[in-house]
Amino acid sequence: MKTVISSTGNQLESQFDLRFGRASWFCLFDDETKEVDFIENSNKNANSGAGTKAVELMVEKGVQKVISGDFGPKAKELLEKFDIQMVLLQDDEQSIEAIVNNLKQ
Amino acid sequence: MPRKVTLRKVVEPPRFKGYRPYGVNVKSKESVELLYEEYEALKLADYDLMHHQEASKLMGISRATFARIYESARRKMAKALVEAKPIRSVYGNAVLDKDWFVCCKCHARFNFPKNRKDDKCPACNHEKIEALHQDQ
Repeated sequence: MKTVISSTGNQLESQFDLRFGRASWFCLFDDETKEVDFIENSNKNANSGAGTKAVELMVEKGVQKVISGDFGPKAKELLEKFDIQMVLLQDDEQSIEAIVNNLKQ
Repeated sequence: MPRKVTLRKVVEPPRFKGYRPYGVNVKSKESVELLYEEYEALKLADYDLMHHQEASKLMGISRATFARIYESARRKMAKALVEAKPIRSVYGNAVLDKDWFVCCKCHARFNFPKNRKDDKCPACNHEKIEALHQDQ
């Protein structure tokens, strides 16, 4: 199953980003192959619809679980429609590595 | 007989059980009860900066009803601040949009999409999870 984590950078040491649509990077983690990949968010500075575009990207990549700090009303609605699980974490001090390690357990 | 109150849709219940003022000597037992739908109205209008029309659609109520709930929310907040009273979040006439759960170990909050039901935390695979809104 593929999981996406919103990230502030493209390294495993990067900090987790509490925002979803406007996160700088998305960390794609596949728990079958244990592969970690980073995708740059090209809609980071879009005036509107950043959340919607991010969801489109998730659907394209076949992601089933998204980890972020919060989701806007539009993103939430879409994620629900596509049966993507939303996970909200409050702690922005965490590194991507810590979250990925938790997922591996 | 009065008409039944339409249930207001709430996307996510508040993350707190309440707020208490500090530096106040009076130990007043009385608190202001902020309903889930009032919290949601305040959040949609003042945090998500939505128009009342859009917000009311999201909550499944008319614009006028939304405005009334929002007004009541603002008055309650002001009352709590001025009279230095604690705020308590109360269920009210809300229906939760989705079932949200919380993990007892890592405190992650999450939902389960339709046709996927398992009882483990999706962030740390811990087995102890509980529903967010069962306490009232």
